[in-house]
Amino acid sequence: MTDLALIRNFAIIAHIDHGKSTLADRMIEICGGLQKREMTSQVLDSMDIERERGITIKAQTVRLKHKAKDGKTYTLNLVDTPGHVDFSYEVSRSLAACEGSLLVVDATQGVEAQTLANAYLAVDGGHEVIPVLNKIDLASAEPERIQQQIEDVVGIDATDALPISAKTGEGVKEVLDALVERLPAPEGDADAPLKALLVDSWYDQYLGVMILVRVQDGYLRKGIKVRMMGLGSTHDIERVGVFTPKNEIVEALGPGEIGFITASIKDVSECEVGDTFTEERRQTAEPLPGFKPSVPVVFCGLFPADSDDFERLRESLAKLSLNDSSFHYEAETSAALGMGFRCGFLGLLHLEIVEERLEREFDLDLVATAPSVVYHLRTTQDEEFDLHNPADMPDPTKIRAIDEPWIKASIMVPDEYLGPVLALCQEKRGEQTDLTYAGSRALVTYRLPLNEVVFDFYDRLKSISRGYASFDYHLDGYQESNLVKLGILINGEPVDSLSMVVHRDQAEARGRALCLRLKDLIPRQLFKVAIQAAIGGKVVARETVSAMRKDVTAKCYGGDVSRKRKLLDRQKRGKKRMRQFGNVEIPHEAFLAALKMGED
Amino acid sequence: MAETRKDSLAVYVHWPFCLSKCPYCDFNSHVRDSVDDARWRRALCLEIDYWAEQTPGRHVGSIFFGGGTPSLMAPETVAAVIERIGMKWSLDAAAEITLEANPTSAEAARFAAFREAGVNRLSLGVQALDDTALKFLGRQHDANEARAALDLARRIFPRFSFDLIYARPEQSAAAWRQELSTALDMAAGHVSLYQLTIEKGTPFYTRQRDGEINPPGEAHAADLFDITNALAATAGYSAYEISNYAKPAHASRHNLAYWRYQDYAGIGPGAHGRLRTAENGARALRQHAKPETWLEAVERVGHGSAEARPLEPTEQAEEMLMMGLRLHEGINLVFFTERTGLTLEQAIRPGALTRLGDGGLLSHDGQNLRATDKGRNVLNSLLSELFA
Ligand SMILES: Nc1nc2c(ncn2[C@@H]2O[C@H](COP(=O)(O)OP(=O)(O)OP(=O)(O)O)[C@@H](O)[C@H]2O)c(=O)[nH]1
Ligand SMILES: C[S@@+](CC[C@H](N)C(=O)[O-])C[C@H]1O[C@@H](n2cnc3c(N)ncnc32)[C@H](O)[C@@H]1O
Ligand code: SF4
Ligand SMILES: [Mg+2]
Repeated sequence: MTDLALIRNFAIIAHIDHGKSTLADRMIEICGGLQKREMTSQVLDSMDIERERGITIKAQTVRLKHKAKDGKTYTLNLVDTPGHVDFSYEVSRSLAACEGSLLVVDATQGVEAQTLANAYLAVDGGHEVIPVLNKIDLASAEPERIQQQIEDVVGIDATDALPISAKTGEGVKEVLDALVERLPAPEGDADAPLKALLVDSWYDQYLGVMILVRVQDGYLRKGIKVRMMGLGSTHDIERVGVFTPKNEIVEALGPGEIGFITASIKDVSECEVGDTFTEERRQTAEPLPGFKPSVPVVFCGLFPADSDDFERLRESLAKLSLNDSSFHYEAETSAALGMGFRCGFLGLLHLEIVEERLEREFDLDLVATAPSVVYHLRTTQDEEFDLHNPADMPDPTKIRAIDEPWIKASIMVPDEYLGPVLALCQEKRGEQTDLTYAGSRALVTYRLPLNEVVFDFYDRLKSISRGYASFDYHLDGYQESNLVKLGILINGEPVDSLSMVVHRDQAEARGRALCLRLKDLIPRQLFKVAIQAAIGGKVVARETVSAMRKDVTAKCYGGDVSRKRKLLDRQKRGKKRMRQFGNVEIPHEAFLAALKMGED
Repeated sequence: MAETRKDSLAVYVHWPFCLSKCPYCDFNSHVRDSVDDARWRRALCLEIDYWAEQTPGRHVGSIFFGGGTPSLMAPETVAAVIERIGMKWSLDAAAEITLEANPTSAEAARFAAFREAGVNRLSLGVQALDDTALKFLGRQHDANEARAALDLARRIFPRFSFDLIYARPEQSAAAWRQELSTALDMAAGHVSLYQLTIEKGTPFYTRQRDGEINPPGEAHAADLFDITNALAATAGYSAYEISNYAKPAHASRHNLAYWRYQDYAGIGPGAHGRLRTAENGARALRQHAKPETWLEAVERVGHGSAEARPLEPTEQAEEMLMMGLRLHEGINLVFFTERTGLTLEQAIRPGALTRLGDGGLLSHDGQNLRATDKGRNVLNSLLSELFA
């Protein structure tokens, strides 16, 4: 329960890798949150996968104590956010818990797509924004030029931008002082009925479901009964605490404070982020506005490589979803891949991360089908439904119309790569809506079909711009389009999990490319294998894997039958990892082919 | 082809020492500064006693001294082993007694003594007929020594065979045709022609992984195999097994016992056996592989057995098919059921027979099941199709 005037709540926002988590490290160090020996770099990135990839996936909160120039000790609540576009939902949520933002810009790189996107989110959220020019320890840093660029491109006042090095700590103390001086203190009424925002929830191995809250009015303390206004459920508060960054139990959380509670909640699905807590005994009249739920935009099927692992996959998905409420899953059965799940994600990186966490944290071997988006379908009977899985696409004669999701993409790219970037967007059926310059960098906005973006857009954008282009997008409605289902047949039988929805104009080329790729990936078998791509009933491409000619152990000596048995047993095990399709064995790598197709 | 008696037993004797280790070899062979001949002789004889006790009264139809390099054995040891086998079991008068020999001149000097000891068939590890290839294979002999050893073997032994390794890195079809024709001219009824296999754990394996050597790919290997069969056939040699070629009545009786899944006892380090006894049923037997471990075990307890595992009928069926389908003659189905207690249909995956038959990989004439020429070329995959 801190005096409101002595609280500052802020989010650190930036483009990916501009140094948010490193800046958080220095602040924790300076404020004495952790001893030197407890520090690791990017200490808030606590998941293995975050540490390995050097990126933040989940926003983290820390309460810091800072003695300002006025001699008073302030409570600073810091929220470190992820930079990647897939996790911008985490950023919006974090912003709702704060009054101000530190906009970190890498002074060697300048303004990038997510710098813009996140800065706009902060400004729209009514935040005071303090620009910070990071990495000035590097020789290639150009703080003055970048300062000007922030004004020109982002359009905010950067006169008092702070030059710092999050690495060496230079200038970080000044940032702490600026937070106190320039950000507004939170507002709130200590005497009013409890009103607190449910910012996030996750599962902790020791404490169970933990809920991150921001208190607006009143108090949250142990023992009181609270009501979640949206869901209408009630719970007794068991613990109230803050992160320092270690968990620390506190007496109560009052207006303007950020912290966590636990309340004998078994399942994260019982908590809806954005909901409002109030006290059951004395309820607040109006809930907080909350936020829109996250919508998965990319879908794919996940199947266990070894079909015996299905139950384990189900359990692992359930556990993982306790920590990541933004991915969705439901059981699915595929003729080729057996039992598995259709899962929805916020984007391709999110997909990749969930898949990797399943494989590593739960030791599962997975087969993922090509990612796809959600189509709106209207049948000739005028029924409407959402198509999440290309395999479920009805017969073309039964379809009246298909709408596909579009996005609005902002791409920032150095001048010299603009040509290829425009060509790529054009090839991906894009419509240019704007093109402006900031010095030698171009900012292009395009409308693009999301289906093209999940295919291979991001990888190609990176490679044609040598990594210099940055990319941000948001959904921008649905639009009718001439889409068809491209099916793959192996020895004449359709393989449902290899089918995809593509634009009519690209279907044939895509079909040919996929057949070729599969030809390389399907090992020779005892008999020849025909691979065909078909649109509707019409075959548009065909390749053949010729029959194996030689596969026999030459020497078989000294009666060592046991050794030959081992070889046979190895083959049997190998077979378990293949999918028997008709008479053809398809290694599960082949199913990734559709996904990786654009890479060469 | 030579018929064998029902109770006939084949005896394999392993000599685990070589002068040097060839870079492709993953056999149980070891290089040692010196070997105590008398001690080894005693141990081999002791182990013969052990296995003979478990299989009393059986007739031994063949003995095979394999290695390693058995031509490094003292002829007295070879003589003692043969004598002991005759004493403890009963040795057929017409028993085939083979010894593997390396063609260096030092070893050739002992051929007469081996013959004297009772060896009536010599199997020479020629491997190649060109000096560059022999060097590449890390062999101790050159092509001239190989020819001399062959000439000597022809004079001393009633039967002899030799081994070649082909499908070597960079070996062209033309070069192999040439080499094989020369070889067939020197052969006397039997040759073993092995495609080079790169085995895990050998220097060749590392060199292949590092891209230093490039063994032929599947298509070239298949072509070389076809050439081999065609040339051998023209010279009157039929491929009675995947890598073994013989003129009528020259097939190796001992090796046929393995492929026909008849009983065999394994004596010496790392030797394998398959024995059926009234007491224990069918068992898979394996001796300690490391020479010293085996030797000490025999001296302590009278045998070097490391494993004696009962074989389920389904395992026997699998093994019998794995071995028997290597043979041109295939598997006698009456014998199969007698041996395993299972019908063929019970032993394999449903539908596989029809599928492989329709695809021209297996043939089935009611009496015998055999892999066709095409089927034998892809036997590993065919087997995995039969069982998995
Ligand atoms: N030289 C130098 N390197 C820095 C500085 N700040 C951060 N870095 C490096 O920049 C890289 C990215 O830093 P992070 O702190 O992980 O960036 P982030 O913004 O949190 O990244 P995301 O969470 O993935 O969006 C790391 O390798 C840091 O060591 C700095 O001031 N100077
Ligand atoms: C037990 S080994 C060799 C016996 C004897 N020490 C020799 O080297 O001549 C029997 C035969 O197997 C063959 N062989 C050994 N290793 C091989 C490999 N890696 N690939 C193909 N054939 C091999 C050789 O032809 C060899 O003669
Ligand atoms: S001589 Fe024969 S057994 Fe000895 S290492 Fe060479 S190939 Fe192997
Ligand atoms: Mg980070």
